[in-house]
Formats: sequence, structure tokens, C-alpha cells
Amino acid sequence: MHIIETKSLSKSYKSVKALDGFNIRVPKGTLFGILGPNGAGKTTFLKILATLINPDDGEVFINNIDLKKSPRSIRELIGYVAQDIALDKVLTGRELLDFQADLYHISKPKKHERIESLINQLDMKEWIDRKCGTYSGGMKRRIDLAAGLLHFPEILILDEPTVGLDIESREIIWNLMTSLKNQGVTIILSSHYLDEIDRLADYVAIINSGKVIDQGSPSDLKNKLGGDRVSLKVKEFSNKKESEKVKEILANINGISQIVVNVSQGYSLNFIAERGKDLINKLKVELAFAKFEIFSLTQSQPSLDDVYLQSTGYTLQDAEISMAGKRDLKKESKESMR
Amino acid sequence: MELQNYNILFLYQETFALTKRLFIQLKRRPSTLFAGILQPIIWLFLFGALFTNAPSNFLPGVDSYGSFLGAGLIVFTAFSGALNSGLPLMFDREFGFLNRLLVSPLTSRISIVLSSFIYITALSLIQSLVIMLMTFLLGYGFPDLLGLGIVLITLTLLVFFVTSLSLSLAFILPGHIELIALIFVVNLPLLFASTALAPISFMPNWLGWIASFNPLTFAIEPIRFAYSNHLNLDSVALSAPYGDLSCRDCITSLFVLTLISLIIIRPLLNKKLG
Repeated sequence: MHIIETKSLSKSYKSVKALDGFNIRVPKGTLFGILGPNGAGKTTFLKILATLINPDDGEVFINNIDLKKSPRSIRELIGYVAQDIALDKVLTGRELLDFQADLYHISKPKKHERIESLINQLDMKEWIDRKCGTYSGGMKRRIDLAAGLLHFPEILILDEPTVGLDIESREIIWNLMTSLKNQGVTIILSSHYLDEIDRLADYVAIINSGKVIDQGSPSDLKNKLGGDRVSLKVKEFSNKKESEKVKEILANINGISQIVVNVSQGYSLNFIAERGKDLINKLKVELAFAKFEIFSLTQSQPSLDDVYLQSTGYTLQDAEISMAGKRDLKKESKESMR
Repeated sequence: MELQNYNILFLYQETFALTKRLFIQLKRRPSTLFAGILQPIIWLFLFGALFTNAPSNFLPGVDSYGSFLGAGLIVFTAFSGALNSGLPLMFDREFGFLNRLLVSPLTSRISIVLSSFIYITALSLIQSLVIMLMTFLLGYGFPDLLGLGIVLITLTLLVFFVTSLSLSLAFILPGHIELIALIFVVNLPLLFASTALAPISFMPNWLGWIASFNPLTFAIEPIRFAYSNHLNLDSVALSAPYGDLSCRDCITSLFVLTLISLIIIRPLLNKKLG
């Protein structure tokens, strides 16, 4: 059963298309990862789920409730932890949780019990009565997470919850996510950390430029590539002509597939080599015959980054670098302000 | 019926929590409270001193400039406080705290606005009462019980009127810099173009016209009248260029303006909070 389903979701900010025909289906009780570089549309999608922004087009159903028609019912189901943590610096952590619990209409005795339980669960006892303005990044994230969990949400939406956190806070949040999932909570986790998604997610949607490129379980997505990931360079700094020639050679070897020229990494060639065919030796022979030397050759088990590379032609890191500087975060924040 | 009762209870719970947060902020950062009291007191001393020798027979219904100025400064205190009421909301918008409120299943998002109204009305009334006590200690008198009622009603109407405008601006303007700039531009000119510092008879004709349409004037004159302690709501409180207005007329005008402003901001709030 799918607890979240979107159909052809679109959202634009002036000339920028943040989501473009976005389709996703999230099975109930799973941890669903949204993987993509900055600017891919992750936050926009999560803000739509959290009823903070309206889509321009398309449909969203959460627990079979139409988000456009009954946003308040959706708000009762979800807990949302935003990417930018907004705390009231003047309130103490306990006061903030108390305030948030009142907004969720939790009765007084239940409220205190729940707050105490979350304080213990997230290891916040030492500093919960200090003002939020004095908190470190990790403390802020934990208190924010606690605020999102006060009302026992069925769905927890986490927008890059571990960005910039220390190892201790990251570990606490990861453990909490696993424990919540075991209790049947559906978790939507956006991240651009491959290891985080790979470690935690049952299912993952890889997104790029506002579109879902692929979705499935991490192992299925990796297995779909059909073999080992090989990265080859014939020179430290090659060129287009040379890489095209090598590509041609590779294409003629039976068992090598999905060849991608990675321009940003000095025209390296990435491809999938079927296992058990001794393709690397064949490749070496063919390259020597065509008078190419091998500068570097690496062979590895496919990762989610390979899935991303296969679909887009560049790695997640390259996508991050290419996006850096293109985005005006202040402008985007103003535009999305209510 | 049971559901309706729950909704009212929930509306109370969320409005109480939102208002309580604003008061905690005020308690821990009381500078706005003190500044709002200090500024009119400075005005009272400085302007009071400046016009000590003003001929008292030129000032209608009072025997000294201090008594005349008192009503103007009480209104100015409430007005300034209400004009700034959009700032906390603007900061919540800018720093993302508003999103925390909007993802919560509030019974009605009007509670966000309602809490601002409750907070700013209470704050402005406290500040105004302190100014009233100060003017009393300086020997400029104190209204009787009925007069006090008139003062409170008039100030509440003014605060509601200005707060509704300020909250709208907090949603319309792009950031707090713009809101503060607008407050700076509007604050003093509106004070000078009212009867806070001088009666209409002192003003050039064009300014007299402006002052007699200024909502501050509609608030100042009933309060000045309340201080005279011989209240008759139908006596002339304001001799405007277009005709005489009684105390009742002034309060009614203020009430109508408040009502119109609340009606006008409703669609905006629905759009921004809907």
C-alpha cells in the first residue's frame, strides 16, 4: 500500500521549473530516500508534502487524502523538519516543545509526558532548559526533530536533517530514524549524502532537474546496472576526440555497456562490465592494439552515484559543483516566503 | 456540536500558546516595552518645556500645554506600539518560524493574527497607562471612571486599526528593512499632521484639513475630552474645517475605520495564511 502518491506534480518559481512532472509512490512504513543534488527540487517537493506551498499542477495523495482539498488533515498526519532550522532564540528548548505541543492540541498531562520522553530519547536533558539561541547546530537539529515528533506523526518528513552535523548528533538521528521506521512510521528523507541514503533507505527516488529519474530499492537500482562499475582514463587530461575513439573501442567489446564520457573528470569513461567475462583483460588488449595507454583503471561494485551517473551523465558531486554559484539562495528564500 | 466545542477549545489553546510566546519574548527582551514608554515621556518633558509659555487661552478646554499634550502622547504611545506590531510577524516570516506554525494543524490560522492583536493591545494599553500615570504625577490630571472607559475604548479601536494595517504590511513587504523604513516614514508625519501637538486652529488651512481626517485626531480628541472630566459625548470635541465633530462622532469614525481595515485585510490574510 502506498501512503504517498504524486501524479505529474509541477511547480515553478518565475522562470525556474523546480518540479516538472514529478511522480513518486511511497510504500507505507518505509524509509524513502530522495536523492539529488542541490537545486534538484527536493525541498520544493517536501514543502508541498508539508502543505507549505501549493503545486502549480498535478495531484498529491497522502493516506488517500487529497492534499489540495484537505491540507489540515494532512498536517495532522505529518511531522516536518525543515532544512533551515527556525527556532525562537528567546525560548528554552522545553518552552519551544511546550509551545509546539499546544499547536498540535496535545492535552496538558500527555504533553509533559511526551516532552520528557523525547528529551530522553534524543539525549537533550543537559541543555533542554537553556535558550535555543545558545544551541549548537546538532542541538538545534535534535530539538527541531523532537518538535516534529511530538504528536506521533504517521509520516515524518526530513529535509537534509544531518547536513553539517557532528558525528554524535548524526548517529543519534540515524538511530532515531531506524527506531521510528521499526515502529511503523513512514519517513521521507531528502539528502545529497549517498552513504546516508544507502545505509538507511528501503526505497530511493533519484531526482534531477525537478524530475524523478529512477526509483526503487537501492540494491535493485544498483543491480539494474548489470555488472561492475569501471572507470577508465587513457591520459590524465584527455580530450573529446580521444574519448570518443576509446568509447568506440569499448562499444565493440561484448559485455561492456552503458558507456558514459565524464567531461568534468578529464574525459574519463565510465561503463558497466559484466561479471565473470574477464572483460578487463580484453579491454587492455584492444586498447594496446589501438595504441592507447591506460592512465588509470578502477573497478568497483556499483553505488547509487553510479546509478545517478548512468542516468544523467555526471556524478552527484559534479552536479553539486555545477549548481554552486548558479543559485541565489536569498532570492529563492524570498520567493518562497509566505 | 462536540466537534465545535473541541474546535473552540483548540482555538483557545493555540491562541494562548502563540500569545504566551510573544509575552515570553517581551519578558526576556523588555527593551521595546521600555522604549515605548520612555519616548513619550521624553516628548512630554521636551515639548512640555518648549511650549510652557504658550498662551493657555489658545488651547481649547485645557489650562496648560502639558494637559493638552498628554492626550496626544497617550495616543502616540499606543499608535507607535501598534505600528510596530507587524515586526515580530515579519521576523517569523523571514527566519522561517512562520513555517513551523503553518505546518501545524491549527484549528484556524487566524489564531496567528489574533495572538498579535491580543499581545499588542495589552502592550499598548500598559504603555499608555504608564504615560497616563506620569502625566497625572506631573499634575496634568486623570480622567474619571467614565473618562477612563472612553480612553480605553478609543485606544483599543486605534490599536486594532493600526495593528491590522501593520500586520498586512508584514505580509506584503519583502522584508523587515522595508517595514522599518515605512514605519519611520509614517510615524512622525502622522503625529505632526494630527492634533497631538497643536490644535487645528494653530494650523495652516491645508494642514488643518489633513489633521481633521487623520485617525490619530479621532483618537486624541475624545481622550482630551475625557480628561476634561465633564463628559458629554455629544459636545463638540473637534472643530474640523468641514464641521464640528462630537466625541461620539470621533469614536464612531474610528470604529468605522477599524471595521473597514479589518474587512480589507481579510482577503490578504486568507491568501497568505490559507
